[in-house]
Amino acid sequence: MANTSTIAVTGAAAKPAAAAKAPRKPLVTLATFRQIAVNLIPPVVVLIAFLVIWELLCSRPTAGLPPPSRVVTEAWDIIAHPFYDNGGTDKGLFWHIYASIQRVAFGFALATVVGIMVGTLIGQSDWAMRGLDPIFQVLRTIPPLAWLPLSLAAFRDGQPSAIFVIFITSIWPIIINTAVGIRNIPQDYRNVAAVLRLNPLEFFVKIMLPSAAPYIFTGLRIGVGLSWLAIVAAEMLIGGVGIGFFIWDAWNSSHISEIIVALVYVGVIGFFLDRFVAFIGTLVTRGATA
Amino acid sequence: MSYLSIENVGISFTRAGRTNEVLRDVSVKIDKGEFVSLIGHSGCGKSTVLNIVAGLLKASTGGVLLEDKEVNSPGPDRAVVFQNHSLLPWLTVRENVALAVEKVLKGKKSRAERSEWIDHNLALVNMTHAADRRPNEISGGMKQRVGIARALAMEPKVLLLDEPFGALDALTRAHLQDSLMDIHARLKNAVIMITHDVDEAVLLSDRIVMMTNGPSATVGEILKVDLERPRRRLDLVEDATYTHARAAVLEFLYARHAKPAMAA
Repeated sequence: MANTSTIAVTGAAAKPAAAAKAPRKPLVTLATFRQIAVNLIPPVVVLIAFLVIWELLCSRPTAGLPPPSRVVTEAWDIIAHPFYDNGGTDKGLFWHIYASIQRVAFGFALATVVGIMVGTLIGQSDWAMRGLDPIFQVLRTIPPLAWLPLSLAAFRDGQPSAIFVIFITSIWPIIINTAVGIRNIPQDYRNVAAVLRLNPLEFFVKIMLPSAAPYIFTGLRIGVGLSWLAIVAAEMLIGGVGIGFFIWDAWNSSHISEIIVALVYVGVIGFFLDRFVAFIGTLVTRGATA
Repeated sequence: MSYLSIENVGISFTRAGRTNEVLRDVSVKIDKGEFVSLIGHSGCGKSTVLNIVAGLLKASTGGVLLEDKEVNSPGPDRAVVFQNHSLLPWLTVRENVALAVEKVLKGKKSRAERSEWIDHNLALVNMTHAADRRPNEISGGMKQRVGIARALAMEPKVLLLDEPFGALDALTRAHLQDSLMDIHARLKNAVIMITHDVDEAVLLSDRIVMMTNGPSATVGEILKVDLERPRRRLDLVEDATYTHARAAVLEFLYARHAKPAMAA
């Protein structure tokens, strides 16, 4: 009798431990479903309200802009076939956006490399700071498109000019944020590097970059946003394949519905570019930047 | 010939045209394996002395000799444990120690030996279990231990401790003091420790260097602590030598060289 009760006790003691380790949970609990709903319902409601108001305001025949229902029917061709390619500039939206993103990728990558290097120089050296900062403060206020004629004159071609405009637009926030990040490296880290006798390259890679990374990624996020703003405007002027030119072309052919569809794409892509850079930032800094 | 010799060190800082003499004529000689504490009121330049020995600051006059060679730039032969641990937050505990080992012992040890040496030093401070955690995931006492492991892993000739336990609670502090005594007994490094804690100084040190108040602070008195090692905290509570040493330091700090503001 006593024996069996002991067995029962040990058996009971062992089982809950195992059960506690692997609790059976449904894949989507009510709580997570509720969480999703809380985040999803407000934007959906607002979006529907916006579309309804737009529809009402623009459904009069005298309205200058088409209502959303007409946008969808008129522009259905480009919404449904983003991948067609008839040569020249007669391509689907996908190819236009692809060309624009490619330009941004080139210009932004260049700006990232140069911006981080120049920012590091300014952050490290008081002399470089005093010499370069006033010049940069003036240059960074120049609107992106104002650089376009100059770069067209220098490069004599649309493609490198557009890339240069992206480069010059996005580099300033990268330089300034990197410089601030480098200036804010705690003296402690510099002391550690000094005691270890890290050489300048090791110091740059092992201390400076990781320490300044949250600042650098703030600069990169601002930079990529500005690039996307600038590319659409630049492409309107240089022509060729690109979402900016597509919008300009649609305007010239009075395809207002196509412009609206293109704008939606531009907004969504811009949003994802920002999120993408932020995502890389959280990966690199292991969650130190939001 | 002494192992480490701080000779007539003085330092002045000039700011806005006004020269401010912080240290004047500081001379201390330290033997191999000796544990020396620097004690004094805050602002008296203790940390400045340590930074000069570390090479992080340059003395205006005098200099520091280590094994009869002048040292005037930082180096791993004089490893520092900083007051606020100074671990790199983006590296794990192990990577923080590895950074030092990979840099300092490259060429002296093979890759496998270096890896073993990192583990050995983490084990020395009982941090093996948290090797893969990041500094913000461990307690203040644990961070300070990793700082000590990192410094020891450089195989320094002199270990410099800048108020290593200043920011810790009393229990953690006592625990780390015991570990430090233990490690010192095993490795026999020369140690210079800055502290403002009288008990800590007496418990750990072979000699206590007491500094006068600034400006122009200098060595006021050097007290030899003649207590046998290993020392045990509880045995010392009523030990006459311990109490005397303690009284001597307190007398220096609060009677003869009280802070002006405190004397008033």
